[in-house]
Amino acid sequence: MTAPPGLLAEFVLPEAFAAAVRRVRAAGYTRLEAYMPFAVEGVADEIMRGRRSPMAAAMLIGGIASGLGAYGMEYYAAHIYPLNVGGRPLDSWPSFVPITFELTVLGAALTGVFALFWTAGFPRLDHAIFSDARFDRASQDRFFLCIRGDDPLRAGPGARDLLLAAGAESVAEVAL
Amino acid sequence: MNVTAPASEPIVDPRATLTSVTETVTAPILRPPWPRLWLAGFGGAFLLTMLLFACIGWLFIRGVGIWGVNIPVAWGFAIVNFVWWIGIGHAGTFISAILLLLHQTWRTSINRFTEAMTLFAVACAGLYPVLHLGRPIYAYWLLPYPDTMGLWPQFRSPLVWDVFAVSTYAMVSLVFWYVGLLPDLATMRDRAAPRWKRQVYGVLALGWRGDARHWFHYEKLYVILAGLATPLVVSVHSIVGLDFAVAILPGWHSTIFPPYFVGGAIFSGFAMVLTLVIPLRKLYHLESFITDRHLDLMAQVMLATGWVVAYGYFAEFFTAWWSRDEFDQFVLANRALGPYAVPFWGMLAANVLAPQFLWSRRIRRCVPALFAVALVVNVGMWLERYVIVVTSLHRDFLPSSWGMYHATFWDWTVFLGTIGLFLALLFFFVRLLPAIAMSEMKALVTKKGRVA
Repeated sequence: MTAPPGLLAEFVLPEAFAAAVRRVRAAGYTRLEAYMPFAVEGVADEIMRGRRSPMAAAMLIGGIASGLGAYGMEYYAAHIYPLNVGGRPLDSWPSFVPITFELTVLGAALTGVFALFWTAGFPRLDHAIFSDARFDRASQDRFFLCIRGDDPLRAGPGARDLLLAAGAESVAEVAL
Repeated sequence: MNVTAPASEPIVDPRATLTSVTETVTAPILRPPWPRLWLAGFGGAFLLTMLLFACIGWLFIRGVGIWGVNIPVAWGFAIVNFVWWIGIGHAGTFISAILLLLHQTWRTSINRFTEAMTLFAVACAGLYPVLHLGRPIYAYWLLPYPDTMGLWPQFRSPLVWDVFAVSTYAMVSLVFWYVGLLPDLATMRDRAAPRWKRQVYGVLALGWRGDARHWFHYEKLYVILAGLATPLVVSVHSIVGLDFAVAILPGWHSTIFPPYFVGGAIFSGFAMVLTLVIPLRKLYHLESFITDRHLDLMAQVMLATGWVVAYGYFAEFFTAWWSRDEFDQFVLANRALGPYAVPFWGMLAANVLAPQFLWSRRIRRCVPALFAVALVVNVGMWLERYVIVVTSLHRDFLPSSWGMYHATFWDWTVFLGTIGLFLALLFFFVRLLPAIAMSEMKALVTKKGRVA
């Protein structure tokens, strides 16, 4: 048996949209997707259900690795190609700090961006959601809530009515 | 300094809606004909850019001898302009990152544009040290790479720190700017009518769908990037300051340099932002987003950082007097009374006197007057770098090695050329990409009922 198509509901006001997400979630639907032109407060947290973003951890690891690498490179270079400056120690760590700092920041920033691409699946230019004609406005001034076809409650009778009752402007099927 | 919005004056037009934000920002980009003013402005900037390429070509053929640099003044316009451009590049990240972390919501309508300005200013700055190398073909020797000669860069030198500082700053600014652009590129994709435009913006948007999952990670990333960029703003110009301060030359060898350079960078950066934003908002009818209040707040930042710069000047003189070091004292006396007295007093007038007009609310709110002050400060900050570089070098410890520096025709044309490159890139930017961060403006617009 193939899953039924998903339902895509369009909302006009961000407050009504956030309330609708909470309401549909409270009704027991779990396979939800929300699309919005800016991050409406609370919606992303509701969809992610308390999961944590891996961004901070990824960037911390990337930064530390890159910083250690930078210091290691400077230490290595100072010993493999020794320059005796007034008898000072080869591992002259204070002068190695700036480059270590810069590369720590660079490593963390680049790791963060690649982590975003990884978690969001970028670049991915085509997606079933784009086939809905209304969806052009998801990046402009409309908000969309999708109950996916693989949601256990989707097959039940109430999904469309629930979305309309929650204030949806229009509801249509979408291959999700 | 408290720059929080007083409840009486909103930072967005209260009539703005999600739809109107999208339309106002995208209309000048998607409207078909190229406006005549744009064509004229871009044409001029493009000619100057061609001049830059011609000058670089001539420089490659003849060598740095075509410039006025020689011993004792081996750091002429190239380093003056490098520091000037990189200083200008500081306002963008200051506005995007530091003001974001401080919850200064007024930054929202100007951050995108100033980030672009930062990128282009850093691109202009980055050219100079390479051109100044004498043998630019070996520029890559500054980078650590496993070479057959077993050589490594001197990691104890601030000049090598600079390579890392400037390239890191350029990369992180680029990444910060591009990540911020993703949602707006998706808006452009969805609004553009011709198929090829949708494809171009679509590829650039990488498939952004405004999915709550994207937003969830995106917002986390954006705040952490802001946190990372904040110490970068301070570090980059500190390291540029150390290029000078680590040398033992009187007039450079001073611990005030790093903080004074950072203050000066933000000062000159805001001056350049005002210089660019005032005509931009007029031509693109963005007064409802970039309000008089924004200009006022930027003028206040200029006034405050102007005092940091004034303190730097004072500290240099005070230290010379207090240290009883006759070489230090001579350098500063020579600055004020020697052959380069005109740029010195010009610098004081432009950077210390001119900003004092900004104490007056009337002048901060009078757009032509504010524009004039900003232009004067741009010139003043350029003079400051000229004074620091040239007057310290031209008369050092030994009178027998004294000399004079005069910029040549090619010094001036290269400088003009980078101004052209900078403006040409900005013209492209405002024509092809949304100059105001729409997604952030939309969050602000919907909140206007709740926050003042």
